[in-house]
Amino acid sequence: MSVPIVELRSAVKEYVNGSLRVAALRGIDLRIDPGEYAVVMGASGSGKSTLLNLLGCLDHLSSGDYLLGGENISQFSDNQLSEIRSRRIGFIFQSYNLIPQLNVLENIEVPLFYQGIPEAHARTKAIALAERMGLADRLKHKPMELSGGQQQRVAIARSLVCDPLLMLADEPTGNLDTKTGNEILELIDELHAEGKTIVMVTHDDDIAGRAQRVVCFRDGQIISNDWNGAPKP
Amino acid sequence: MKSMRPERLVRLAIKNLGQYKLRAGLTMLGIIFGVCSVVAMLSVGEGANREIQEKIQRMGSQNILIKSVKVPKEGDAPDSKRSMIAAYGLTYEDAQQFSQYVPNLEASTPMKVLRYDVQYKARKLQTDVIATTPWFLRVQHYRMVRGRFLTSSDMEYGTPVCVIGSRLARILFAGVDPVGKTLNIDRDAYTVVGVIGDIAQGELPTQGELWLAGENQNVYIPLRTYLNKRGDLFVQLSEGGGVFEKIELHELILSIDKQENVTRAVDAARRILRKNHKVEDYSIVVPLELIRQARETRRLFNIVLGSIAAISLIVGGIGIMNIMLATVSERTREIGIRRALGARRSDIVFQFLMETLLLSTSGGVIGLIFGALIPMAITAATGVKTVLTFPAFAIAFSVSVTVSVIFGIYPARRAALMDPIEALRHE
Repeated sequence: MSVPIVELRSAVKEYVNGSLRVAALRGIDLRIDPGEYAVVMGASGSGKSTLLNLLGCLDHLSSGDYLLGGENISQFSDNQLSEIRSRRIGFIFQSYNLIPQLNVLENIEVPLFYQGIPEAHARTKAIALAERMGLADRLKHKPMELSGGQQQRVAIARSLVCDPLLMLADEPTGNLDTKTGNEILELIDELHAEGKTIVMVTHDDDIAGRAQRVVCFRDGQIISNDWNGAPKP
Repeated sequence: MKSMRPERLVRLAIKNLGQYKLRAGLTMLGIIFGVCSVVAMLSVGEGANREIQEKIQRMGSQNILIKSVKVPKEGDAPDSKRSMIAAYGLTYEDAQQFSQYVPNLEASTPMKVLRYDVQYKARKLQTDVIATTPWFLRVQHYRMVRGRFLTSSDMEYGTPVCVIGSRLARILFAGVDPVGKTLNIDRDAYTVVGVIGDIAQGELPTQGELWLAGENQNVYIPLRTYLNKRGDLFVQLSEGGGVFEKIELHELILSIDKQENVTRAVDAARRILRKNHKVEDYSIVVPLELIRQARETRRLFNIVLGSIAAISLIVGGIGIMNIMLATVSERTREIGIRRALGARRSDIVFQFLMETLLLSTSGGVIGLIFGALIPMAITAATGVKTVLTFPAFAIAFSVSVTVSVIFGIYPARRAALMDPIEALRHE
């Protein structure tokens, strides 16, 4: 059996709000294997965003363990987590989150920039990805000059640039019309078909239907964990 | 762990600042004015300082200058032509006592300074004739341009020779070599034996006031020669009468062996003069004291200047901090994105510090350019001496950069310490 990409063991995340302790995750066990495409669903406040932040190494667990690709990163320092983010995680956001003063290529190169990869090498990689995303004629455009769909393609190219172990998408179609949203989802399907491991947060049941697995959250706990049509391994 | 290379950081900073051209420009202005005013002030100050120092130094820091001063006698009406002869000032007796009682005295140079018409062929002008001794040249640090100065044999035999200032040589002799020519000083014939250097020399200072720079147009003759011809009575006819003055010595320069002995020598000279003169018909100028005063003045000046400079640079620094804080809060989301994509806290710190550094160094360089141009313009427009010194540039530039980096650290740290999740949520 292969090493799981994500393994959470009794993961707890609590926020201290004044004298009040709010539990966002109440002892979660979750395992995502290589090549899986998992959708996380739940009402707002159910803990799904917290999960995504934790998986993306933007936050620390209050207790429990997080193993990313077999490596326990629960006790990692801020710098180590930054390194992991730049090398192993690909983020796709609802609002694209491109840096406005940088052009398409420069935006795609940002994660490589923080890895200290030589510029020429980064440039080659960025151009290849941008072309793959159908942005060949937009390489020097600023985000503002692109449509929403194009911006999200740039963001996907950026998330792929470091060959991530885990891709995290936070409602990637939330700001797009249905047609463009579908194009993006097809692109994600394609990546899944290539063997990428993807975790996506969404509200949309139709989108959830595309995934192989749906994890539902309520009040910081997993209430269902279905493999669409496939048996639980 | 790898970190970003500086040239990439610089390019990133340029790109980021490019977003806010007007704002960056205005921020730089603060630094530009700061650096520029510091450099300009230091240049003007240094120019004034050098000028004063030079003038004082020329008087000789080991010298004590004593000068006769005419004191109006009480009860002596100014229009009373009856008091025939005005006798005052330094006497041979004074000079003799100085030589005897002033400690560490190396040389005593007596001078008679009189105003006469001097004439070469048809050219004639009125100038100061200084009757003195051969060692005058050494004591006053003058240089010979041509020929020789007065010699001890001139002194001994009272030969009718003279040495003239270079300016006078130019005016009277215009192109002709003056050495060997005959110069008439108030109808007495003197042979020119040398030309003295082009050094600023006007009236000697009185009571610490400084004389104006100018070229030497005096005539120097042996004291003995003058005494043989004219004696101590100076007669000058003017309309409605004449001036009869009896002054034995107009000026006396006491040269002391070492600077540290000057103060003691001054005290001794003062005691002698006080004893010999009922009224204070003399003045004492001690260049060393003037130098000390000038240094003290300069120190004060530097403190004032330093405070102004510090204030202007701090103001510039605060301007930078202000702008960077605004920039950081506007770019909160960018910071969140960069953190999510793998930027370490230090990467964020360096990114913003580099922007600050770029603002301050480019502002500093522009400030230095203006700071160099302004003193030049001042000199060109007003003739006031200014001196551009390397330390002025270095201080202004490095202080401005240091100040801005210090003021840049806080915004940069604030950016770096943001919670990436919060920052990403920021609209």
